[in-house]
Amino acid sequence: MSEHGDRRPIPFRGGGFAPVPRRLLPWLVFVVLIATWQAASSAGLLPPLFMPSPAAVVDALYVLWTNGTLAQNLGASLGRIIPGWIIGTAAGLAAGLAMGIFSAARAAGLPIVSALFPIPKIALLPLLILWFGIGEPSKVATIALGVFFPTVISAYSACDSVPRNLIRMGQSFGLPATDIVAKIVLPGAMPGILAGFRISASVALLLLVAAEMIGAQYGIGAFVLTAGNLMQTDQLLAGVVVLSILGLLISWGLGTVERSVLRWR
Amino acid sequence: MPLHIERVSHRYGSVEALDGIELDIADGETVVLIGPSGCGKSTLLGILGGLLQPTSGRVTLSCAPPAESLNPFTYIFQDFALLPWRSVADNVALALEHRALSASERTERVASALALTGLGEFATAYPKQLSGGMRQRVGIARALVVRPAVLLLDEPLSALDAQTRELLMEDLLAIWAREKSTRVYVTHNLEEAARLADRVVVLSRRPGRIRDVIGIDVPVAERGRPEHAGLLRDVHRRLWSLIRDEAATADREIQHV
Repeated sequence: MSEHGDRRPIPFRGGGFAPVPRRLLPWLVFVVLIATWQAASSAGLLPPLFMPSPAAVVDALYVLWTNGTLAQNLGASLGRIIPGWIIGTAAGLAAGLAMGIFSAARAAGLPIVSALFPIPKIALLPLLILWFGIGEPSKVATIALGVFFPTVISAYSACDSVPRNLIRMGQSFGLPATDIVAKIVLPGAMPGILAGFRISASVALLLLVAAEMIGAQYGIGAFVLTAGNLMQTDQLLAGVVVLSILGLLISWGLGTVERSVLRWR
Repeated sequence: MPLHIERVSHRYGSVEALDGIELDIADGETVVLIGPSGCGKSTLLGILGGLLQPTSGRVTLSCAPPAESLNPFTYIFQDFALLPWRSVADNVALALEHRALSASERTERVASALALTGLGEFATAYPKQLSGGMRQRVGIARALVVRPAVLLLDEPLSALDAQTRELLMEDLLAIWAREKSTRVYVTHNLEEAARLADRVVVLSRRPGRIRDVIGIDVPVAERGRPEHAGLLRDVHRRLWSLIRDEAATADREIQHV
């Protein structure tokens, strides 16, 4: 046998499948996309009436900002989504935690929740309008109702996901039931509850826009609909951008809450 | 605290887990329960600490638990059962928060339990930052802080690697030399049984019955000496010969879950 002549290295095959962060790439994607869009508009490839250029959308946004239209519509929308989400979340947490903790509440609540959860809540808006009138309460109620059901489900399944052995541990040290709930079940359910907030926030945003399109004078949804009817596509897209920013802000806010509440993770 | 297990049987539905367990445990004794998987040893431990109700029979005490013990029957768990959102010190304090103690006494007790288990400098750390061995030390500190009369150890070292297990066994022996409690220790590790037990109770497979009780005469503290190595090897061999066949059967069984 020769010294090293017929020694061959083992071929490496363990590469890839390990996501590494790329700092610039995400921004680059945005820049390239918007630049391409702008270039296509400037070159006359996109009809401005159907697909306005990014510059036109920014222009429209600036005008809406300076003439107060944006504040008026955004204010109306926030005045619906915030109370709607808070009412739905409070009621949903109360019901969901009760179902997570008490067998009787679960047995009573689960069939109702399962039956009502799949109904698209916007279908109930006409009924809610009959009950509460065309004004604000019917829209707030639609959002609250849409938020309620996913919150119930996330709260009670979050309670279920608290490891049994932690509860047994609490019992074995003689903790009273109230302490087991306050010190073990609730903190243990927190990650699931906060994850549920993300879902309910997106449901709230969806229902907000839908309810405003059905019957509202002001609000981002109503504004987008009106702009479409008037063929003001630059304003329409400006409204969509505002909705996107609103969604991002909500998501960022919840992320901040999650990071501070779940620091132990 | 002397404990008496009186004809305790337990069944889960149609599965008989324990059948007529009869055992007296003396004050300050360390009893190791050993047996193949599915012999009901963890069930028996659950019954001893009042976490499970036996289908028949009962567990009695022949004297009142000492007044200074805040939680006479205290567990140390295999999976540590720590609250991940609480720091080490707060995990230990959990055992005291609902007891009538002054805040200063609570802090003092927690600090001394942490010192005893070598966790002094980890008081503010969170469980996920600790190794398995350190996590179990938190479990031990949490158990000691209530001054238990009976320590119930449910495979406390089974989740640890062999070297950490060795270190924690030394720690447990050092702690036990200083505090007086009765201990019931469940394990499937024969070496732990031979090292830690005053008596080893061998359970048979489903339904769990007491198959044999083996006393080890050498005091626990002296078992590390070379002259006793042969004796420990004998104990180990005897235990294995009692368990081997049933362990093999248990190993080949399809799990019904």
